[in-house]
Amino acid sequence: MLPIVEFKNINKSFGDNHVLVDANLSITKGETITILGGSGTGKTVYLKLLLGVMRPDSGSVMFRGQNLGDMEEKQIISMRKHIGMLFQGAALFDSLTVAENVAYPLREHFNYDEERIAHIVADRLDMVGLEGIEEMMPADLSGGMKKRVGLARAIATDPDVILYDEPTTGLDPANTKRICRLIMEMQQKLKVTSIVVTHDMEAAFTVTDRMALLHGKRFHFIGTKDEARVSHDPIVQGFIRGEMDTGDG
Amino acid sequence: MEYKQIAPSLLTPVAFLGSLGIQFIQFIEMLGSLMRLCAKSMLCLVRYKPPIQEIIRQFAIIGNRSFTIVFLIAIFTGMVIALQLSVGMGRFGMKIYVGQIVGLAIFRELGPVLTCLMIAARVGSGIAAEMGSMVVTEQVLAIEAMGADPVHKLVVPRLVATVIAAPLLTTIADVVGTAGGMIITVVEAGVTPDFYINQITDTVLLRDYASGIFKTVFFGYFIAMIACHQGLMTSGGTEGVGKSTTKAVVYSSIMIVISDFFLTKIFLYF
Repeated sequence: MLPIVEFKNINKSFGDNHVLVDANLSITKGETITILGGSGTGKTVYLKLLLGVMRPDSGSVMFRGQNLGDMEEKQIISMRKHIGMLFQGAALFDSLTVAENVAYPLREHFNYDEERIAHIVADRLDMVGLEGIEEMMPADLSGGMKKRVGLARAIATDPDVILYDEPTTGLDPANTKRICRLIMEMQQKLKVTSIVVTHDMEAAFTVTDRMALLHGKRFHFIGTKDEARVSHDPIVQGFIRGEMDTGDG
Repeated sequence: MEYKQIAPSLLTPVAFLGSLGIQFIQFIEMLGSLMRLCAKSMLCLVRYKPPIQEIIRQFAIIGNRSFTIVFLIAIFTGMVIALQLSVGMGRFGMKIYVGQIVGLAIFRELGPVLTCLMIAARVGSGIAAEMGSMVVTEQVLAIEAMGADPVHKLVVPRLVATVIAAPLLTTIADVVGTAGGMIITVVEAGVTPDFYINQITDTVLLRDYASGIFKTVFFGYFIAMIACHQGLMTSGGTEGVGKSTTKAVVYSSIMIVISDFFLTKIFLYF
């Protein structure tokens, strides 16, 4: 099967800090892949590269066979309706209601009438188990609820790919489980490709099909979760057991 | 680009010159990114339909934030100038001309500059803090990720609203300041309110008012652009938001004072 997302020979530096060096990753349609790595290893950089909000120094990012580097600004904006993202802190707009937050990408990408937007918003909120909170403000929501509203917003445009940036960070165990369940439900119901960036191993083993471990500025390990479990690689095992932080790369 | 700060203990003459050089480069870089933001916001104004609703919302916020403070500053400025002039001009027996000078000073200079300094402090800080918070909580990234342009969504409404609000608030400040001056002139110089108003209307010409008002359009532009730029450049979490807010107020205040001289000089030709 053709990959839906491909990172080819990616190099990215911030000043003297070389975050990614010749990094390669191929993601198949419909799979859930987890990008693992310690703090500062460049996990979130992949999500930004795929969204086109950051450019690699060299190498190419392919989405559905098209190189983002060859796309014009309009094409990249149009591409973004096929990608939804759940941000680490949910990134809901404080001045907008829950309904307006979820409707935001719909208003940007489509010319739907208000009735249709309201219907989609209600449907997406229902999918994340938050029906009837349309008029609430983000400030009135708990951390877990904010993440679920963020997820409702991420799936508003029926994307092909959902990006999750540290989806369980800062959540209590019950909300962590709920978010993990939602990630799996999204994949089953919407048949989306999910890219999860996390350092939460329990969540990673729960939701993922494949794992990609960043170490030494490139992917040190890419394989299924079962392959990761039985791997004899000390770096993989060290990271799984929480005995090694790959942050220093 | 990041540059290492040099500790004070290492401030040898060479290190001092190096530090100055680094600060100069940082300033040029900051200026360059500000110019880019200015160009991009102008492009957004031309290219996209203006976000009218958001402009109105921002305008209401600016008015709400600034009106009371502008009112207070204006009335007391008018009063204190009248008081000082009554004393100073009284020495030459010219107390009755206080109104003319109060009017000219307020309409040409003090109204526009003090009002915009207050807008910089009240509105500029608010814009920088709000946008800085949006940056650190990834809301700006979210706007971009959802296919919208943060400059169009965030900068343009604040820019347009500030550019419209600055002359309007200044007009209010001009009137209030003149009224404040009248109270003191009537009490201190013993002139009648009618005499004071006649002096103002005879002395202050439309072009005096216009030169002050035109300046505020530029001041409003500087305040909004500097505040938006500092907000969008925020890094380093909540501490970074504080720094951006302070920088926004300091830079825009400096810009107002410096540009005031050059704008005044330019308008004197017309």
